[in-house]
Amino acid sequence: MDVAIVKYNAGNICSVVNAMRRLGVEPLVTDDPERLMAADRVIFPGQGEASSTMSYLRERGLDEVIRSLRQPVLGICIGMQLMCRHSEEGDTECLGIFDADVRRFCPSRHEDKVPQMGWNTIVDTRSQLFKGFHHPEFVYFVHSYYVPMNEHTAACTEYTRPYSSALHKENFYATQFHPEKSGPVGERILRNFLDLEP
Amino acid sequence: MLAKRIVPCLDIKDGQTVKGTNFVNLRQAGDPVELGQAYSQQGADELVYLDITASHEGRKTFTDLVRRIAATINIPFTVGGGINELSDVDRLLNAGADKVSINSAALRRPELIDEIARHFGSQVCVVAIDAKETEEGWHCYLNGGRIPAGRGLFDWAREANDRGAGEILFTSMNHDGVKTGFANEALARLADEVSIPVIASGGAGTMEHFRDAFLQGKADAALAASVFHFGEIGIPELKSYLCTQGINVRK
Repeated sequence: MDVAIVKYNAGNICSVVNAMRRLGVEPLVTDDPERLMAADRVIFPGQGEASSTMSYLRERGLDEVIRSLRQPVLGICIGMQLMCRHSEEGDTECLGIFDADVRRFCPSRHEDKVPQMGWNTIVDTRSQLFKGFHHPEFVYFVHSYYVPMNEHTAACTEYTRPYSSALHKENFYATQFHPEKSGPVGERILRNFLDLEP
Repeated sequence: MLAKRIVPCLDIKDGQTVKGTNFVNLRQAGDPVELGQAYSQQGADELVYLDITASHEGRKTFTDLVRRIAATINIPFTVGGGINELSDVDRLLNAGADKVSINSAALRRPELIDEIARHFGSQVCVVAIDAKETEEGWHCYLNGGRIPAGRGLFDWAREANDRGAGEILFTSMNHDGVKTGFANEALARLADEVSIPVIASGGAGTMEHFRDAFLQGKADAALAASVFHFGEIGIPELKSYLCTQGINVRK
């Protein structure tokens, strides 16, 4: 199976490469539109800031490429946020794949810190990504901005409020958490993504 | 609800794990990748690898080790030791580390925190503080606890927070290696004074000590080394115990 990882100015891409290798897949890290379009699976990972990553994608025409993909696509963390309509981070227009706007956590209690950093549970999972999940599972999060609950919500997490920790619409899947850093649970999610029925 | 984290720490010298008692008298304790993987399988939430080798050659060995850890382990890990400038951070993140921990270099040149936060994001920047309590209060130390830094603990932690640190890793030198519990009063005050997560370090001897660091010390994570390395406390047992004490942990 050909798995392509979108190469852009975001950090943490090598963790996803390592996670794919642990699953026995050698991924291709590329910003070449043709190779992205030809892959069986595309992963859009990363850690970073919305406005600078979005301008980088636009300058290279990768925004159009990602929107036009027809194979299963998995956005991770900032990748998921960039797949939404708009982000409060840097007042950024994003890809608009999911009809949702990204907001900043504004906790009212001192002990709720921003970013949320660490392990939290995902509940109400409804997507093939979570096939075989029967209980709330812990996954690893690092983020200051969140996607509110919406019609595409595929998993819910509670941090200062309930929000979307995963999204799904047609061939587009996304997780706010890092499956590549979420131990055996994360590995199962990535395996499920590779095993999706076309 | 966000879980409290259990973090085994591995001190690395020449590619091997070691653990000091009160910062001296190192003992050998195993292969770093194997040990890290074993902790990960037992339910550790994160790992910290500290490079205590000072030489140039040693740093290269450590970077190779970071690459091997990243290829093998599927939970987050932080690396520290010998990080003095942005290029060190870049090298270690590129090798696959999730976060870097800076200590003496940040006390000597606090702008390093701003630079890391700006280039890589606050979430990768852990500021480690070694501090000792005397009659005049809590004071920070440089170079693995050998040189007084001339800064108060709380004052420095607030500055690190304001400059863009993502977490504070506070080691009490009074408690480190003596296994009588964490510095809970100082931890609780730190938690009140900063708006970022605090990792408690130094003093773990029993499972009750971890409970107290979370409940009294209000820590977000607790770090320990020898109690885990020498099998005195198993991570699954520790997590079951913390659950019975009403503490939310990942199981």
